[in-house]
Amino acid sequence: MSLAEAIRERDVSRLPSRRDEDWRWTDLRGLIRQAPEPSAPLAADRVGEGPFSSLAGRTLVVANGRGPASLQIEGEAVIAVDFVSGGDGGHAASLSLTVAPGATLILLESYRGEGGYLSHAALSIALGEGARVERVVLADASADAVEVSQAEVALSPGAAFAQTLLTNGARRQRIETRLSHPGGQAEARLDGVYLLAGKRHADLTSVVTHAATHGATSQLAKGVVRDQARAVFQGRIVVAEHADHTEARMGHHALILSDQAEVDAKPELEIYADDVACAHGNSIGVLDEEALFYMRQRGLPEGQARALLTEAFVGEVIDRIGHDGAREIARAWAAERLQA
Amino acid sequence: MLKIENLHARVDEAEILKGLSLEIPAGEVHAVMGPNGAGKSTLSYVLTGRGGYEVTQGSASLDGEDLLALAPNERAARGVFLSFQYPLEIPGVPALTFVRTALNAQRKARGEPEIAAPQFLKLAREKAAALKIDFDMLKRPLNVGFSGGEKKRMEIFQMSLLEPRLLILDETDSGLDVDALRIVSEGVNALRGPERSMLVITHYQRLLDYIRPDRVHVLSGGRIVASGGPELALELEREGYERYARAA
Repeated sequence: MSLAEAIRERDVSRLPSRRDEDWRWTDLRGLIRQAPEPSAPLAADRVGEGPFSSLAGRTLVVANGRGPASLQIEGEAVIAVDFVSGGDGGHAASLSLTVAPGATLILLESYRGEGGYLSHAALSIALGEGARVERVVLADASADAVEVSQAEVALSPGAAFAQTLLTNGARRQRIETRLSHPGGQAEARLDGVYLLAGKRHADLTSVVTHAATHGATSQLAKGVVRDQARAVFQGRIVVAEHADHTEARMGHHALILSDQAEVDAKPELEIYADDVACAHGNSIGVLDEEALFYMRQRGLPEGQARALLTEAFVGEVIDRIGHDGAREIARAWAAERLQA
Repeated sequence: MLKIENLHARVDEAEILKGLSLEIPAGEVHAVMGPNGAGKSTLSYVLTGRGGYEVTQGSASLDGEDLLALAPNERAARGVFLSFQYPLEIPGVPALTFVRTALNAQRKARGEPEIAAPQFLKLAREKAAALKIDFDMLKRPLNVGFSGGEKKRMEIFQMSLLEPRLLILDETDSGLDVDALRIVSEGVNALRGPERSMLVITHYQRLLDYIRPDRVHVLSGGRIVASGGPELALELEREGYERYARAA
């Protein structure tokens, strides 16, 4: 992967730039003038505990790019993968997960750190026939960091993959998911929530490719931006020729709470098959002033009314998280960031 | 209780209220009737502090306190409740959660302790039963997908839990069939009391068969142009607003 190579070889000319169509709203080349030194190993006392450690049977720590490279999952497992970064260096990590046919994995992934680091994480997740994976990603990066996480997900027939990304952005951040969908009753859910303030930037990009018949994909992303924050949503669903009876739904809805905040959205359905049920919806708006007045008339102070409306807005996505403990952590995370 | 004197208000550049005066003593129910465009909804919004309305002259006070100087939520905490003509949908917020949050916000503003969840639930069950509201409906997001009648019932439900001192009903009968009108009116009548005043805003006399007013006022051209007993409503129903439109 070129980004990992660019970091390892300290070659800024290989960073993605606005000239790459796919990266035009998340330009790294223009932002990073000089390649950072390689990150030193992170001292054990700076690692601390990840947000999901109490829920997981097993926690893998990837500290400044150093951690396990692969994992096989059989039976049922709840695994936390905690990416921790520190300092101003650059690092890249890759992790490959293989989920055996019929196995069930709850993957609780977190990103956190302090400093102006440049980090890259490459995940590859392969699901065997009938395997089930729920992936919940909580990204709570440093405001000074540049962070890219790219996941390649490969489903087998009859498998189910459900994902919820939760992020408050970074100096520049991209969380990307590329999913190859074999049809054959396999199901994918790709959800996301971004809550951005200050000058933070988050980019949720996904590409789902339906290669054969009878596959389903459902996507719901919602976000709230304030101050001078900027969000990017790029969702593409490709339905290949002859991938009939594909069902795909994509929704992206954003609230902009300040004049200087920005949301760039590019939902795309590319359909080459004839017999499919696909739909997408995209909206970018402000809080409903009429609803706010109604709530205030019932006694809610303005700040509380705004917080309740925005929490409810993103709550629709959080409610779709299947794992109870992860859902509660997600809800608390959102509430904390939306309090007036 | 409520005292409005020489109230002038405008929306954008248009003056809608042009010297409205009205007094509702504690315990009384007053109806304000008038043709479309007379300023009925403007009156309810000015009293509750909705944005976009500018008061240029006059005053409105509740028990001597200047209402117009208070934020909408502060007016609510002092007991002003507006039953909306078109209640808003609040997606993602269950009706019960909404009412409990509102009640506790009001209590907090008045320096009272919050109501505990079990106590609130018990109270909510009683009030819902009295208004023939299915309790499961209260777990759904407030007003989302509710029929017109259900939304009005939810307004009365909230009113009965929040126990306001001044109730403003804005066209509460619109969109209600006779059965729903009866249930809603019974809910309102159950709240009548010596410490509570009501301002019933309506275009039609029909609602006043169910919620019987002590006084009836005619609002036309932004002012109260006539006042009388309940018989005035019947006269308006018979003869229309034509005469008062000219008087304005």
